[in-house]
Amino acid sequence: MNLAIGLGATCSGCDVTIVDLAEDLPKILSSANIVFWPTAADLKLKDLEAMADGSIDLCLYHGSIVNEENAEIAKLLRRKSKLLVAFGSCACFGGIPGLGNLTNREQLLETVYGTPSTENPNGIKPQGEVIVDGYRMRVPRRLDLALPLSGVVEVDYLIPGCPPQTSQVRDSFEAILSGNLPPKGSIIGPGKNLCDECPRKREGKAIARIVRPHEIIPDPEKCLLDQGILCMGPATRAGCGAKCIKANMRCEGCMGPPDGIRDQGAKMLSTIASILGLEGEEKMAEEEVAKLMDGIADPVGLFYLFSLSSSILRRKWGEV
Amino acid sequence: MEMAEGGSWFEPKILGFLCNWCSYAAADLAGMSRMEYPPNIRCIRVMCSGRVEPSFVLEALREGYDGVLIAGCHPPSDCHYQSGNLKARRRYYLLRKLLRELGINPDRVRLEWASASEGQRFAEIVRDFTEQLRRLGPNPIRAMRVGGGE
Repeated sequence: MNLAIGLGATCSGCDVTIVDLAEDLPKILSSANIVFWPTAADLKLKDLEAMADGSIDLCLYHGSIVNEENAEIAKLLRRKSKLLVAFGSCACFGGIPGLGNLTNREQLLETVYGTPSTENPNGIKPQGEVIVDGYRMRVPRRLDLALPLSGVVEVDYLIPGCPPQTSQVRDSFEAILSGNLPPKGSIIGPGKNLCDECPRKREGKAIARIVRPHEIIPDPEKCLLDQGILCMGPATRAGCGAKCIKANMRCEGCMGPPDGIRDQGAKMLSTIASILGLEGEEKMAEEEVAKLMDGIADPVGLFYLFSLSSSILRRKWGEV
Repeated sequence: MEMAEGGSWFEPKILGFLCNWCSYAAADLAGMSRMEYPPNIRCIRVMCSGRVEPSFVLEALREGYDGVLIAGCHPPSDCHYQSGNLKARRRYYLLRKLLRELGINPDRVRLEWASASEGQRFAEIVRDFTEQLRRLGPNPIRAMRVGGGE
């Protein structure tokens, strides 16, 4: 089996997950021939270009698509691969780089190259093409929108998670090696939400006040939402083994929405609004309710941390 | 009609989610009483304003509707399901905040209460909302689609 691991805008935590297979890694690699993996193997783009179309059996792609180079390599890998898998939350949903859709290319470049924390006295910003000592150099242009892998090519399977769990990776390799595959386009993982595998006890009471994580040390037995912490569990796919929850941290939603949910953030917004129990709400004026709901700071960052660029509205629209 | 930027006539399109028990009946009454209001609204009957998921509103905006009206029974206690309207109200205010952060004018979404006897009020809401949207101009998502940017 020819295996490729491609990457776009990524922190490479997804590579670490593959290495974390530990004793299972040699077993998998004994039946796999690594033909492309920029992080770990000394293979160049020209090696990839020289391969016949469809000659890679499996390509795992991690990272989102934020510049021309990412898009170009994703298209090349698609052509060369029989199976292309979006690996990790960035490739599946746009991930953290997707939050760049709240701004635009010019503002991003200004923040990185133009603010006082950067020493750049001549105000030089990346150009599309430059000539240095007679050599023509090309710097990939940033796209105006960060996209998930499916934004530029057809994707066969999705393995979400930031990073995906080693157990997911192991199961996926087994499924692929045995040819026992789910229907194309499937997300590999359970379809239910995180609450389904969460070990905590939920009383299901209405919450009177939203608590930010630094304000309390949560009771490790009780549901975090019951304690007023905005845990993303209800709008997030299971399959991670509730790792953050077990470390007494709220779910941030890295697994993306469960089956049947189109928009993770909208679902979470709906859930939070439903379980908030505002005292004396029946008698409240519209402005009072508005003010209370206004207490939830940064709903986009909270509800769409990993999925903004694959959500319904995807980006900031600049009307207000 | 007012001339929109770019020189074309702009007629806003509104999608309405009306609750079965109060606001849809109000719309029905407005129709049966032959009250006049602009034909800019397309109505979908839902069982309760609390049934309207925020994603319905986002989807409508993405599809290019210039405004979305959610209408239900008067708070505190007219709701057929006791608290559906209160849930709708909380969602609405949080959704407005989300829309503002996503750069969409939150006034494109409106939550109103109209009981089964308030046909006149329903007609007034549609008139007022249509006028307000005319002033706001086209939904930026639609504008970008027409312009070929998306």
